[in-house]
Amino acid sequence: MTTPQAAAGARQERETALIAAILAGEREKFHDLIRPYERQVYLTALSLVKNETEAEDVAQESILRAYRKLAGFRGDAKFSTWLIAITLNEARTRLREQRRASFDSLDDHDAVEGDYTPAALTDWREVPLEALERQEIRALMRQAVADLPDAFREVVILRDMEELSVTETAETLGISIALVKVRSHRARLLLQKKLAPLLRIEWKGKTKSGILRRLPWF
Amino acid sequence: MVLNCRHVWDRISDYIDGTLDSSVRADVEKHLAHCEICSAVLDSTRNVIILMADDRVFELPVDFSKRLHARLDLVLATESPEPL
Repeated sequence: MTTPQAAAGARQERETALIAAILAGEREKFHDLIRPYERQVYLTALSLVKNETEAEDVAQESILRAYRKLAGFRGDAKFSTWLIAITLNEARTRLREQRRASFDSLDDHDAVEGDYTPAALTDWREVPLEALERQEIRALMRQAVADLPDAFREVVILRDMEELSVTETAETLGISIALVKVRSHRARLLLQKKLAPLLRIEWKGKTKSGILRRLPWF
Repeated sequence: MVLNCRHVWDRISDYIDGTLDSSVRADVEKHLAHCEICSAVLDSTRNVIILMADDRVFELPVDFSKRLHARLDLVLATESPEPL
């Protein structure tokens, strides 16, 4: 059986060989190098620019930049980490160009302590993966993610959608592990608060238990 | 230590990630065993995380890959990676 470590090692070896070949002149191998990461690059771009057309443009530019700068990639980081860092840079540059000085104040969000009350629902025990078949549920989720403060959205996309570890997320964003944890926690609870009631309402016709219990104080 | 609901909410993410100390984890579990509210918050937060990881939530635009590789072809045909 292949362990995850062995699989990661094999992938890294394959990538190192591909990169060496591309730099030695087999340029078309860049297609193979990039293919596993297309989705990750797109989601990362979307986490910042929020508009699909623009995210696609940022994703393409980032991947072209990765090709042009490939000789500068050193094997001490994972190729995916390097690629995502390029994408974040590209997206941030794009935002800076567009945006007036209206920034989300990250420090304020991080400083807020203990004022969170989750949506308390007792009838959402099952994972409604079938709900995702419905376009409006996917749209609700995309909107909830888009509405998060920038700093939270970046973290939740890397952690919970791209499924990077806390350490990888911290490295990619250039922030501390502690900050990744705080932001990821807040982001998840904000999503829970927003989505749990909406999903439950969308879902109620299909629940097995069928008992909708709202808490007296909710 | 006896935890109240807010204590548990503050730890819910670490609980889901499995990064709590074993003693804190035991305290959280003790609370969850009798608190229906926190159990529901835990379940729904976990469900949201599971849904977020599903590829269907954020789909790639139609033909994203095709357009990307077509653009790459143009560049690969004419440019080498920049020398260091």
